[in-house]
Amino acid sequence: MIVQALAFYLFAGIVLASGVMVISSKNPVHSVLFLILAFFNAAGLFVLLGAEFLAMLLVVVYVGAVAVLFLFVVMMLDINFVELRQGFLQYLPIGGLVGLILLIEVLAIVGAWHFAPEAAKAIQVAAPAVGSEITNTQALGLVLYTDYVYVFQAAGLILLVAMVGAIVLTHRRRPGVLSQRVPDQIARRAEESAKTVKVPTGGGI
Amino acid sequence: MFEIGLSHYLTVAAILFTLGIFGIFLNKKNVIVIMMSVELILLAVNINFVAFSSYLGDLVGQIFAMFILTVAAAEAAIGLAILVVFFRNRGSVAVEDINTMKG
Repeated sequence: MIVQALAFYLFAGIVLASGVMVISSKNPVHSVLFLILAFFNAAGLFVLLGAEFLAMLLVVVYVGAVAVLFLFVVMMLDINFVELRQGFLQYLPIGGLVGLILLIEVLAIVGAWHFAPEAAKAIQVAAPAVGSEITNTQALGLVLYTDYVYVFQAAGLILLVAMVGAIVLTHRRRPGVLSQRVPDQIARRAEESAKTVKVPTGGGI
Repeated sequence: MFEIGLSHYLTVAAILFTLGIFGIFLNKKNVIVIMMSVELILLAVNINFVAFSSYLGDLVGQIFAMFILTVAAAEAAIGLAILVVFFRNRGSVAVEDINTMKG
Protein backbone atom coordinates (compact mmCIF):
# COMPACT_ATOMS: atom_id res chain seq x y z
CA MET A 1 0.00 0.00 0.00
CA ILE A 2 2.78 2.39 0.89
CA VAL A 3 4.62 1.56 -2.32
CA GLN A 4 1.48 2.40 -4.28
CA ALA A 5 1.09 5.73 -2.49
CA LEU A 6 4.74 6.63 -3.07
CA ALA A 7 4.41 5.73 -6.75
CA PHE A 8 1.30 7.88 -7.02
CA TYR A 9 2.99 10.90 -5.45
CA LEU A 10 6.07 10.41 -7.64
CA PHE A 11 4.08 10.20 -10.89
CA ALA A 12 1.66 12.98 -9.96
CA GLY A 13 4.48 15.28 -8.86
CA ILE A 14 6.42 14.77 -12.09
CA VAL A 15 3.27 15.23 -14.21
CA LEU A 16 2.48 18.55 -12.54
CA ALA A 17 6.09 19.78 -12.51
CA SER A 18 6.54 19.01 -16.20
CA GLY A 19 3.17 20.64 -16.91
CA VAL A 20 4.51 23.83 -15.33
CA MET A 21 7.68 23.53 -17.41
CA VAL A 22 5.66 23.03 -20.64
CA ILE A 23 3.93 26.37 -20.28
CA SER A 24 6.83 28.34 -18.83
CA SER A 25 9.97 27.14 -20.59
CA LYS A 26 11.74 29.60 -22.89
CA ASN A 27 12.49 27.21 -25.72
CA PRO A 28 9.51 25.39 -27.33
CA VAL A 29 11.73 22.35 -27.98
CA HIS A 30 12.13 22.01 -24.20
CA SER A 31 8.36 22.44 -23.89
CA VAL A 32 7.78 19.46 -26.19
CA LEU A 33 10.31 17.35 -24.28
CA PHE A 34 8.60 18.17 -20.97
CA LEU A 35 5.25 17.32 -22.61
CA ILE A 36 6.68 13.88 -23.41
CA LEU A 37 7.78 13.49 -19.77
CA ALA A 38 4.28 14.48 -18.61
CA PHE A 39 2.71 11.86 -20.89
CA PHE A 40 5.06 9.12 -19.66
CA ASN A 41 4.17 9.84 -16.03
CA ALA A 42 0.46 10.09 -16.81
CA ALA A 43 0.84 6.61 -18.31
CA GLY A 44 2.31 5.60 -14.93
CA LEU A 45 -0.79 6.97 -13.20
CA PHE A 46 -2.97 4.94 -15.58
CA VAL A 47 -1.05 1.78 -14.68
CA LEU A 48 -1.68 2.52 -11.00
CA LEU A 49 -5.39 2.83 -11.81
CA GLY A 50 -5.38 -0.57 -13.50
CA ALA A 51 -5.82 0.72 -17.06
CA GLU A 52 -2.72 -0.86 -18.60
CA PHE A 53 -3.98 -0.79 -22.17
CA LEU A 54 -4.68 2.94 -22.08
CA ALA A 55 -1.28 3.54 -20.50
CA MET A 56 0.45 1.78 -23.39
CA LEU A 57 -1.81 3.60 -25.86
CA LEU A 58 -0.83 6.92 -24.28
CA VAL A 59 2.85 6.13 -24.74
CA VAL A 60 2.43 4.89 -28.32
CA VAL A 61 0.00 7.54 -29.57
CA TYR A 62 1.17 10.61 -27.69
CA VAL A 63 4.90 10.05 -27.37
CA GLY A 64 5.24 8.14 -30.62
CA ALA A 65 3.05 10.29 -32.84
CA VAL A 66 1.75 13.56 -31.43
CA ALA A 67 4.85 14.69 -29.54
CA VAL A 68 7.14 13.76 -32.45
CA LEU A 69 4.82 15.74 -34.75
CA PHE A 70 5.15 18.75 -32.44
CA LEU A 71 8.92 18.35 -32.28
CA PHE A 72 9.11 18.09 -36.06
CA VAL A 73 7.06 21.26 -36.60
CA VAL A 74 8.91 23.25 -33.93
CA MET A 75 12.27 22.33 -35.41
CA MET A 76 11.24 22.64 -39.07
CA LEU A 77 9.71 26.11 -38.92
CA ASP A 78 12.23 28.89 -38.64
CA ILE A 79 10.48 30.91 -35.95
CA ASN A 80 11.96 33.74 -33.95
CA PHE A 81 10.97 32.60 -30.48
CA VAL A 82 12.58 35.54 -28.72
CA GLU A 83 10.14 37.86 -30.44
CA LEU A 84 7.23 35.66 -29.42
CA ARG A 85 8.36 35.81 -25.81
CA GLN A 86 7.94 39.58 -25.61
CA GLY A 87 4.99 40.53 -23.43
CA PHE A 88 5.20 37.10 -21.75
CA LEU A 89 4.46 38.53 -18.31
CA GLN A 90 1.87 40.97 -19.61
CA TYR A 91 -0.95 38.46 -19.27
CA LEU A 92 0.36 36.89 -16.05
CA PRO A 93 -2.04 38.75 -13.69
CA ILE A 94 -5.23 38.09 -15.65
CA GLY A 95 -4.19 34.53 -16.46
CA GLY A 96 -3.24 33.89 -12.86
CA LEU A 97 -6.56 35.28 -11.66
CA VAL A 98 -8.61 33.15 -14.06
CA GLY A 99 -6.52 30.08 -13.27
CA LEU A 100 -6.79 30.59 -9.52
CA ILE A 101 -10.57 31.05 -9.62
CA LEU A 102 -10.94 27.97 -11.82
CA LEU A 103 -8.68 25.91 -9.58
CA ILE A 104 -10.55 26.91 -6.41
CA GLU A 105 -13.90 26.11 -8.00
CA VAL A 106 -12.79 22.74 -9.36
CA LEU A 107 -11.13 21.78 -6.07
CA ALA A 108 -14.31 22.76 -4.22
CA ILE A 109 -16.15 20.22 -6.35
CA VAL A 110 -13.43 17.60 -5.84
CA GLY A 111 -13.54 18.13 -2.07
CA ALA A 112 -17.29 17.70 -1.79
CA TRP A 113 -18.06 14.75 -4.05
CA HIS A 114 -19.56 11.45 -3.00
CA PHE A 115 -21.01 8.60 -5.02
CA ALA A 116 -24.77 8.57 -5.33
CA PRO A 117 -26.23 5.43 -3.72
CA GLU A 118 -27.74 4.32 -7.03
CA ALA A 119 -24.45 4.79 -8.92
CA ALA A 120 -23.62 1.11 -8.60
CA LYS A 121 -26.82 0.22 -10.50
CA ALA A 122 -25.98 2.56 -13.39
CA ILE A 123 -22.82 0.68 -14.32
CA GLN A 124 -23.08 -0.36 -17.95
CA VAL A 125 -20.05 -2.56 -18.39
CA ALA A 126 -18.53 -3.96 -15.23
CA ALA A 127 -14.75 -3.98 -15.10
CA PRO A 128 -13.16 -7.41 -14.59
CA ALA A 129 -12.69 -8.21 -10.93
CA VAL A 130 -9.20 -7.97 -9.44
CA GLY A 131 -7.41 -11.30 -9.75
CA SER A 132 -9.71 -12.67 -12.44
CA GLU A 133 -8.35 -14.41 -15.53
CA ILE A 134 -9.45 -11.70 -17.97
CA THR A 135 -7.01 -8.85 -18.54
CA ASN A 136 -7.78 -5.17 -18.97
CA THR A 137 -6.95 -5.28 -22.69
CA GLN A 138 -9.17 -8.30 -23.27
CA ALA A 139 -12.09 -6.77 -21.36
CA LEU A 140 -11.78 -3.53 -23.35
CA GLY A 141 -11.68 -5.43 -26.62
CA LEU A 142 -14.79 -7.43 -25.70
CA VAL A 143 -16.71 -4.20 -25.21
CA LEU A 144 -15.13 -2.03 -27.91
CA TYR A 145 -15.76 -4.39 -30.83
CA THR A 146 -19.32 -5.28 -29.82
CA ASP A 147 -21.29 -2.57 -28.02
CA TYR A 148 -19.23 0.35 -29.31
CA VAL A 149 -18.39 -0.86 -32.81
CA TYR A 150 -20.11 2.06 -34.55
CA VAL A 151 -18.34 4.63 -32.38
CA PHE A 152 -15.11 2.77 -33.07
CA GLN A 153 -15.71 3.03 -36.83
CA ALA A 154 -16.53 6.72 -36.44
CA ALA A 155 -13.20 7.22 -34.65
CA GLY A 156 -11.49 5.57 -37.60
CA LEU A 157 -13.28 7.93 -39.98
CA ILE A 158 -12.16 10.93 -37.90
CA LEU A 159 -8.56 9.79 -38.22
CA LEU A 160 -9.00 9.26 -41.99
CA VAL A 161 -10.43 12.77 -42.42
CA ALA A 162 -7.60 14.20 -40.32
CA MET A 163 -5.03 12.39 -42.44
CA VAL A 164 -6.56 13.53 -45.74
CA GLY A 165 -6.92 17.07 -44.40
CA ALA A 166 -3.32 17.29 -43.22
CA ILE A 167 -2.01 15.99 -46.56
CA VAL A 168 -4.23 18.33 -48.61
CA LEU A 169 -3.25 21.32 -46.46
CA THR A 170 0.50 20.83 -46.49
CA HIS A 171 0.96 19.42 -50.00
CA ARG A 172 2.14 22.04 -52.46
CA ARG A 173 2.76 22.00 -56.18
CA ARG A 174 5.99 23.78 -56.97
CA PRO A 175 6.21 25.28 -60.47
CA GLY A 176 9.41 24.81 -62.41
CA VAL A 177 10.28 21.45 -60.90
CA LEU A 178 10.61 18.64 -63.41
CA SER A 179 8.76 15.53 -62.33
CA GLN A 180 7.29 12.41 -63.83
CA ARG A 181 3.70 12.77 -65.11
CA VAL A 182 2.31 9.28 -64.72
CA PRO A 183 -1.15 9.79 -66.36
CA ASP A 184 0.42 11.30 -69.46
CA GLN A 185 2.81 8.38 -69.72
CA ILE A 186 0.05 5.83 -69.38
CA ALA A 187 -2.23 7.60 -71.89
CA ARG A 188 0.50 7.70 -74.53
CA ARG A 189 -0.11 5.50 -77.56
CA ALA A 190 2.21 4.00 -80.13
CA GLU A 191 0.57 5.91 -83.02
CA GLU A 192 1.29 9.30 -81.44
CA SER A 193 4.83 8.59 -80.39
CA ALA A 194 6.33 7.17 -83.59
CA LYS A 195 5.58 7.63 -87.26
CA THR A 196 6.99 6.11 -90.41
CA VAL A 197 8.46 8.57 -92.88
CA LYS A 198 9.37 7.73 -96.48
CA VAL A 199 12.93 8.97 -96.83
CA PRO A 200 14.14 9.58 -100.40
CA THR A 201 17.47 7.99 -101.21
CA GLY A 202 20.34 10.41 -100.73
CA GLY A 203 17.94 13.22 -99.64
CA GLY A 204 17.66 12.91 -95.90
CA ILE A 205 14.75 14.28 -93.96
CA MET B 1 -2.36 10.15 3.46
CA PHE B 2 -1.12 6.76 2.29
CA GLU B 3 -4.55 5.61 1.16
CA ILE B 4 -4.84 6.83 -2.43
CA GLY B 5 -8.48 7.49 -3.27
CA LEU B 6 -10.40 8.96 -6.15
CA SER B 7 -9.98 12.49 -4.75
CA HIS B 8 -6.21 12.32 -5.19
CA TYR B 9 -6.52 11.61 -8.90
CA LEU B 10 -9.25 14.24 -9.34
CA THR B 11 -7.01 16.82 -7.64
CA VAL B 12 -4.11 16.02 -9.97
CA ALA B 13 -6.42 16.29 -12.98
CA ALA B 14 -7.87 19.60 -11.74
CA ILE B 15 -4.41 21.13 -11.26
CA LEU B 16 -3.30 19.89 -14.69
CA PHE B 17 -6.44 21.35 -16.30
CA THR B 18 -5.79 24.71 -14.64
CA LEU B 19 -2.18 24.62 -15.81
CA GLY B 20 -3.43 24.15 -19.37
CA ILE B 21 -5.80 27.14 -19.11
CA PHE B 22 -3.04 29.20 -17.52
CA GLY B 23 -0.65 28.24 -20.33
CA ILE B 24 -3.08 29.57 -22.94
CA PHE B 25 -3.10 32.95 -21.17
CA LEU B 26 0.64 33.01 -20.55
CA ASN B 27 1.73 32.17 -24.12
CA LYS B 28 -0.78 34.32 -25.93
CA LYS B 29 1.56 34.86 -28.89
CA ASN B 30 2.88 31.38 -29.57
CA VAL B 31 0.34 29.07 -31.22
CA ILE B 32 2.54 25.98 -30.74
CA VAL B 33 2.61 26.32 -26.95
CA ILE B 34 -1.14 27.03 -26.96
CA MET B 35 -1.68 23.70 -28.74
CA MET B 36 0.54 21.97 -26.18
CA SER B 37 -1.63 23.52 -23.45
CA VAL B 38 -4.71 22.07 -25.14
CA GLU B 39 -2.99 18.67 -25.07
CA LEU B 40 -2.44 19.10 -21.32
CA ILE B 41 -6.14 19.90 -20.86
CA LEU B 42 -7.15 16.77 -22.80
CA LEU B 43 -4.72 14.72 -20.70
CA ALA B 44 -6.39 16.04 -17.52
CA VAL B 45 -9.79 15.02 -18.88
CA ASN B 46 -8.43 11.56 -19.68
CA ILE B 47 -7.08 11.17 -16.13
CA ASN B 48 -10.55 12.04 -14.80
CA PHE B 49 -12.23 9.49 -17.09
CA VAL B 50 -9.84 6.68 -16.19
CA ALA B 51 -9.96 7.47 -12.45
CA PHE B 52 -13.77 7.36 -12.39
CA SER B 53 -13.75 4.22 -14.52
CA SER B 54 -11.37 2.51 -12.12
CA TYR B 55 -13.09 3.51 -8.89
CA LEU B 56 -16.65 2.90 -10.14
CA GLY B 57 -15.71 -0.41 -11.77
CA ASP B 58 -17.20 0.62 -15.13
CA LEU B 59 -15.20 0.07 -18.31
CA VAL B 60 -17.06 2.68 -20.39
CA GLY B 61 -14.87 5.46 -19.01
CA GLN B 62 -11.77 3.83 -20.47
CA ILE B 63 -13.52 3.38 -23.83
CA PHE B 64 -14.32 7.07 -23.96
CA ALA B 65 -10.79 7.99 -22.88
CA MET B 66 -9.65 6.07 -25.96
CA PHE B 67 -11.94 8.14 -28.20
CA ILE B 68 -10.65 11.36 -26.62
CA LEU B 69 -7.15 10.15 -27.48
CA THR B 70 -8.28 9.71 -31.10
CA VAL B 71 -9.78 13.19 -31.29
CA ALA B 72 -6.67 14.70 -29.66
CA ALA B 73 -4.41 13.05 -32.25
CA ALA B 74 -6.60 14.27 -35.12
CA GLU B 75 -6.71 17.77 -33.65
CA ALA B 76 -2.93 17.93 -33.30
CA ALA B 77 -2.39 16.73 -36.87
CA ILE B 78 -4.84 19.21 -38.43
CA GLY B 79 -3.74 22.09 -36.19
CA LEU B 80 -0.06 21.63 -37.00
CA ALA B 81 -0.86 21.31 -40.73
CA ILE B 82 -2.74 24.62 -40.62
CA LEU B 83 0.19 26.12 -38.71
CA VAL B 84 2.71 24.96 -41.33
CA VAL B 85 0.59 26.39 -44.18
CA PHE B 86 0.13 29.67 -42.30
CA PHE B 87 3.85 29.96 -41.63
CA ARG B 88 4.60 29.31 -45.29
CA ASN B 89 2.27 32.14 -46.34
CA ARG B 90 2.96 34.74 -43.67
CA GLY B 91 6.34 33.82 -42.18
CA SER B 92 5.07 34.04 -38.61
CA VAL B 93 3.06 32.05 -36.08
CA ALA B 94 2.17 34.92 -33.75
CA VAL B 95 -1.52 34.98 -32.87
CA GLU B 96 -1.89 38.70 -33.54
CA ASP B 97 -0.72 38.24 -37.14
CA ILE B 98 -3.63 35.90 -37.84
CA ASN B 99 -6.03 38.68 -38.83
CA THR B 100 -6.53 38.47 -42.60
CA MET B 101 -10.03 37.00 -42.22
CA LYS B 102 -11.49 39.84 -40.22
CA GLY B 103 -15.18 40.50 -40.46
